[in-house]
Amino acid sequence: MGMTSNNWVLSAGVFAPLVGVAVMLFVPKSEEQLHKVIALATALVTLGIGVFTLLKFDFDQANVLQFFVDEKWIPVVKARYVIGLDGISLPLYILSMVIVVLVMIYSWNHIPSPGNPKAFLMLMLVLATGMNGTFVAQDLILFFVFFEVVLLPMYFMIGVWGGEQRQYASLKFFLYTMFGSAFMLIAFLGLFFQTGAESFVISELSVGAAALTKGTQALIFAGMFLGFAVKVPMFPFHTWLPDAHTQAPTQGSVLLAAILLKLGTYGFVRIAIPILPLGAKEWAPWIGLLAVIGIIYGALGCLAQTDMKRLIAFSSVAHMGFVMLGISTLTDFGINAALFGMVAHGLITGMLFFVAGSVKDRYHTLEINRLGGMLKQLPKLGWILGFCAMASLGLPGLAGFWGEFPAILAAYQPMEGLNTGLFRGYMVVAAIGTVFAAAYLLWLYQRTAFGEPKPEFADGGHEGHGGHDAGGHGHGGHGHEDEHGDAHGADLHDVNAYEWVAWAPLLLAIVVFGLVPDLMFRVMDPAVTDLVRNAKAAIGIGG
Amino acid sequence: MLASATAESAGWFLEHAWIIPIVPAVGFLFELFLGKRTGKLSNHGAYFGVAALFVALVLSCGAALNWIDRADAGHGDHSALVVSGAGESLPVLSAEGEGGHSVGTTATPVIKQWTWWSNGGTTFSIGQHVDGLAVVLLVVVSFISFFVHLYSLEYVRGDRRFTHFFAALTLFTASMLNMVIAENTLQLLLGWELMGLCSFMLIGHWWEEEPNARAALKAFFTTRTGDVGLLVGICILYFSTGTFSIKDTNEVALAGTIDSRVLMWAAIALFVGCIGKSGQFPLHTWLPDAMAGPTPVSSLLHSSTMVVAGVYLVARLYGVFYQGFDMAGGGVNLILVISVITILISGLLACVQTDIKKVLAYSTVGQLAYMMLGLGAGAWTMAVFHIFTHAFFKALLFLCAGSVAHSGSHHSFDMKKDMGGLWRKMPITFWTWMLGTVSLCGIIPFAGFFSKDEILANVGYQGYELFMWLGLLGAFFTAAYMGRATYLTFLGSPRGAAAGEHHEEAHDPHAGHDAHAAHDSHAAHDSHGAHDSHGAHDSHGPHESPALITVPLVVLAVVSVASGFLNALPFGLEYFTNWFEPASQEYFPKLSHAPFHWSEALISVAIALAGLLVGLGLFAKDFGPLKGLTKRFAPARWGHTFLVNKYYLDALYEQVVVRALAHPIARAAYWVNQRVIDQIVNTAGRISAGLGRWVYRWIDQGVVDGVVNGAGMTASGSGEGLKGIQSGKVQQYGALLFGAASVAAIVLVVYIRAK
Repeated sequence: MGMTSNNWVLSAGVFAPLVGVAVMLFVPKSEEQLHKVIALATALVTLGIGVFTLLKFDFDQANVLQFFVDEKWIPVVKARYVIGLDGISLPLYILSMVIVVLVMIYSWNHIPSPGNPKAFLMLMLVLATGMNGTFVAQDLILFFVFFEVVLLPMYFMIGVWGGEQRQYASLKFFLYTMFGSAFMLIAFLGLFFQTGAESFVISELSVGAAALTKGTQALIFAGMFLGFAVKVPMFPFHTWLPDAHTQAPTQGSVLLAAILLKLGTYGFVRIAIPILPLGAKEWAPWIGLLAVIGIIYGALGCLAQTDMKRLIAFSSVAHMGFVMLGISTLTDFGINAALFGMVAHGLITGMLFFVAGSVKDRYHTLEINRLGGMLKQLPKLGWILGFCAMASLGLPGLAGFWGEFPAILAAYQPMEGLNTGLFRGYMVVAAIGTVFAAAYLLWLYQRTAFGEPKPEFADGGHEGHGGHDAGGHGHGGHGHEDEHGDAHGADLHDVNAYEWVAWAPLLLAIVVFGLVPDLMFRVMDPAVTDLVRNAKAAIGIGG
Repeated sequence: MLASATAESAGWFLEHAWIIPIVPAVGFLFELFLGKRTGKLSNHGAYFGVAALFVALVLSCGAALNWIDRADAGHGDHSALVVSGAGESLPVLSAEGEGGHSVGTTATPVIKQWTWWSNGGTTFSIGQHVDGLAVVLLVVVSFISFFVHLYSLEYVRGDRRFTHFFAALTLFTASMLNMVIAENTLQLLLGWELMGLCSFMLIGHWWEEEPNARAALKAFFTTRTGDVGLLVGICILYFSTGTFSIKDTNEVALAGTIDSRVLMWAAIALFVGCIGKSGQFPLHTWLPDAMAGPTPVSSLLHSSTMVVAGVYLVARLYGVFYQGFDMAGGGVNLILVISVITILISGLLACVQTDIKKVLAYSTVGQLAYMMLGLGAGAWTMAVFHIFTHAFFKALLFLCAGSVAHSGSHHSFDMKKDMGGLWRKMPITFWTWMLGTVSLCGIIPFAGFFSKDEILANVGYQGYELFMWLGLLGAFFTAAYMGRATYLTFLGSPRGAAAGEHHEEAHDPHAGHDAHAAHDSHAAHDSHGAHDSHGAHDSHGPHESPALITVPLVVLAVVSVASGFLNALPFGLEYFTNWFEPASQEYFPKLSHAPFHWSEALISVAIALAGLLVGLGLFAKDFGPLKGLTKRFAPARWGHTFLVNKYYLDALYEQVVVRALAHPIARAAYWVNQRVIDQIVNTAGRISAGLGRWVYRWIDQGVVDGVVNGAGMTASGSGEGLKGIQSGKVQQYGALLFGAASVAAIVLVVYIRAK
C-alpha cells in the first residue's frame, strides 16, 4: 500500500469545498457575483485535486486502496479516520467532482427563485464534501457521517429553492432517508458488536464477519439493505424520489440523480457484499426480484406521467433496477455492469434533468401536453433531448448501453449457488424492460419535440405572426398568456453559452464511454474481480 | 493486439475491409458538423456523403474482387477439401437421387480483431469477419446507398432539413456496413441498433405531421420489441458457446456439443429479433407505415438493405439456426412456418393498397419472407442470392415510385386518385419500372426468376412440397399486385394530378416536404429556386424526371437485369454459388442443392405470367370486372374490409396492447404507487406524528418527570422530535429517528448476544 507520500490527496479532495464555504461565510450576501466566482473556483480546485488523483492513481493496482490514510479519529467510539481509493470508487469520486463543477457553471445564470446564491452555492459545496467523502471512507462510522452530511444540504435545496410542494417533498426525502439510515446504523452497530472488532474499518470487519453464521449475516445484511435500498431507491422504497426530483431545483435534481442515488448502490458494493457475502447470497434472489419489478414498474410509472420531470424521475427507478440486477448476480461481470451503469446513469439522467430545467425556464411548464414542436422552436435543445433519450434507452454506442446490456447478460449466469433458472427469468423481464424504456422515452420525445408548437407558444419564436386572436382581441389575446409573463417570445431562446459549457462535457462523455467502454471497465475490473473472489472464498466457492 | 486469422495476405482490400464502415462514419461527422457551414461548396453537406459513399463503394468492390480471387484459388490455409467446380463456369449439377452435392468455395473468412473492452476476465473485441456473405452485402449496401445519395440530391432538394437528411442517410450506411463486417455478435448488435436509430430519424424526417412521427415511433418500438429476442439470444449463445465471435459460435454450434434444447431456444430468441427487423409476421406492421419517410429512405432502408438485416443475421449465424432448428433432420421449423404465413398475408394485402409505396412495402415483406423460407429449408445460397437481386430491383421500383411522385403526380402516391397513363410522359421511369416488375415477378430471364425460383425449387427438393406450392401461390399474388400497380400507375387514363389537375389539398403525408418548403421562408426562397420552378412545371402536368433521378434508375435497371446471370442455373452459370457459398466446413453446415428442371421453371413462370395478366386484366378499362364487386358481392366486401384493415393486427397492437399498457395498466401501476405504496409511507408518518402527540401529552408531560429522566435523552429527544413533525422541524424529527434507532440497536445487540 504505497502512496503514503500522497496522504493528503484524498483529504484535500474531500475538504477543499469546505474551504470555499468558509471564505463565502465572510462575504456579504449581496456580492452575488463574487459568491459565484468563489464557488466555481472552489469546485474547479476540487476537480483539479481530483485530476491530480487520477494522474497519480496507479492503474496497474486498481484493486488496491491507494492514497491510504489510517489515523485516529474518535477513540471513544473506536471510529478511525480511514480513507482510500480503488477502482470501484475512483469513477464515482471523479464523477461527483465533475458534476459539481458543471452544476456551478449552470448556476451562473440559473439561480432558482428565491435567489440568494450565497446560501445556495454554500450548500452545494457542503454537499460536495459529503459526496466525495462517502466514496473514499473506509470506516463505517466515517462513511455514515458523510452519508448523512449529504442529507441536510439537499433537504434545504429542495425545501427552499424547490417547486410548489417543496415542503412536503423535502421533508419526505429527509425522513425517508433517515428512516433507512437508522436501520443501517443498527446494522453497523450490530456488526461491530457481533464481530467483536476493534474498529469500524471495513477490512477489519470483513475479516471478523467471516466467523458469523449465515443467519446473523442475513439479519445484519437486512438492516444495511434497508438503508441502501431507500437511497437507491429500490421498489418499493422509491416513493420519495419522484416527489423530491419533481420539486427540487434543476441543480438539485441533477445532483440527486447523478450522485446521490449512487451512494446506495455504492454502499452495496463497498460495504454490504464484501463484509457479508453469506448474507448477500441469501438476499440476492430477493434483490434481483425487486430490481426487475423496479424495471417494469418504473417504466409503467413513466408511461402514466404527464409531467416531463416526473417522468425522468420515474425512469431512474427503472434504470437503478438494472444496476441492482447486476449487483444481485454477485458476479464480477454483473457488478462491473452495475458500476458502469451508475456512472452512465449519472451522466445521462443528469443531462436529462438539465434539459428539463431548461425547458421549464423557457416554457414555464413541464406539462407534456402543453409542450410540442420543440425541434422546430428550439432545435438544439430538441436535438439534445433526443440524444439523451436515445442514450437513456440504451442505444449501443452510447454510455447507457454498457450499464444495461452486461447486467442482462450477467443475469444469465449468476454466482454459483444462486438459482440459475430464477435469474434467467429476471434476464428476460429485464430485456423486456428495454422495450418499455424505448416506449416511454420515445413517446415523451414524440409529444414534446415532434409536431408543430402548441398555439400558446407558437408565436414565441417567430416575428409578426398573423395572430390567432385576430381583430380587436389583440389585447385580450395576450391577457390569457400574461399569467406566464409577456416574456414568452423572449423566453424561447435556444441553448445558451452557459448551458453549452455545462453540458458539453456530459454529452461528450456519453459518446466517449459509449464507444470506448474500456476506459472505465479497465479501472473497475481489477477491484471488482478481487471483491468477488474474496466473497466467493468467504462463502466457500471456487477457493 | 491485432490477431489476424489468416497467415497469408488475402489482398489489400480484404485485409482492410474494416475501413469500409469508417469512411461513411467520417462522412457523417463532416455532414453533421461542417454541412451547414460549408454551404454551397459541399451542397450543404450532401457531397461529403456522396464522396464517402463513392469511396466505400470502391473499397467494397475491391474487397469483392479480392474475395473472388481468394475463392477461385479455392483453398484456405488449412483446408484439404477439394473444391468442386470452383473457378470454372461449368454447370455443377448433381446426379439425380444422390442427395445433391456440396459446392462452393473453401476460402476462409478474413478475420481481424482488436480488444474493445474487457470485463470480469472476458475480452470483447471489435473487428472484421469478411467472407462471401459479407462481401455480397458490402457491395449491395454501398452500391445502392451511393445511387440513393445521388438520387436524393434532386429528390429532397429544398428540404428544410436537407443536411440532416443526408447525415442520417450516411450514418445509416456506416451502421449497416459495420453490422455486415461485424466480427462478433456484440458488434453486430451495435450496427443493428444504430440502423434502428437512423430508421427512426428518417421515417420521422418530416415530423411536423403527426402520422410521420407516429410511424417513426412505431417502427422503432416494434423492432425494439423484436430486439428483446436478439438480446436474450445473444446472452444464451454467449454462455452456451463461450464466445461472441461469429465464426466460433457457428463452429461450436455445429460441433453438436451443446444441449440441443439450449441451442433451439437461442435460435428462437434470435429469430424473434429477425422477425422484428425484417418485417415478418406478426411484427411486419411497422414496415408499411415506415413508408411515411421520404422515398429514397424507403428505397434504401426499408426495402433493399436495413430490413434485410434479419435475413442476414440468420445467414450469418447459420450454424446456430441449422443446428438449433435441426434442419438436417428435415422437420418443419419455425422459420418455414413464419415465412410462408408472411408470404401469403403480405401478398393479399398488397392487392388492396391504393398507395403505390405500400404495395411495394408489402411486396418487400413478402420477398424477405422468401429469403427466410430459403434459409429455413437449407437453401442458403439461393436466399443470399435473393438478397442480392432483390436489393437492386426493389430499390429500383421504389425510386421509380419516387420519380412518379416527384414529376408525375405532384407528390401524391395515391395510384387511384393521381396516377394513370403516365408511361407516355415518363418513358424512362416507365421502362425501368417494367424491368423491375418482371424481375420481381420472376419472369425468365430477369433476375428475380433466377433467385426466387431457385429458392422454391430447393424448398421442394428438401421435401417441403407444401411450402413450395404455398410459395408459388405467393408468387401468383406477387405478379398480380404488380400487374395491378403497373396498370394503375402507368397505363389506362390519367387521373387527378397525372391528368394535370392541380389540387391543393391532395398532399398525402409523404408529400409533406413540398408543403414544408413552402412554409419555410428559408427553404422556399434562397437556395431552392429549382424546386419551385419545377413546382411550377407540376401545374403544367407530368413530365420525365431530371437526370439525377433517371440515371440511378437506368443504372439500377441494368444491374437488376444483369445480376441474375451470376447464378443462372438454366444457362449453367453458378458464379454466385462458387464464389460465395462456403463449402462444408466446421463453421458452415454441409448443404445440398436442387438440380435444375425446366419443367418446374416453366410452371413457375407460367404462374407468374398468369398473375401478371390477371393483375393487368382485372384493372384494365377502368378497373374492369372488379368494379363494384365489393358492392355486389357480400363475401368479397367482407374479405376486402378484412384486408383493408390489415387483418386487424394494427388494431390489436395499437388499440389493445399498446393502449392497455400506456393507459389502464400504467395508470393502475401509478395508482398503486400513489394510493398504496406512498400511502403507507404517508400513513406511517401521520401515525408517528399522532403517536408523538399522544406520547408528549400523556407520558412526557403527564407522567412523573423522573421516569422520563430515567429513560434518558432518547425519550425526551423523541418527544421533542415528534412535536417537530407538526411544526416541520426536521432536525428534531431526525433526532427522534436516531433515538429510535439507538434503542433498536441496543435491543438487537442484546438479543443477538443472548443467543
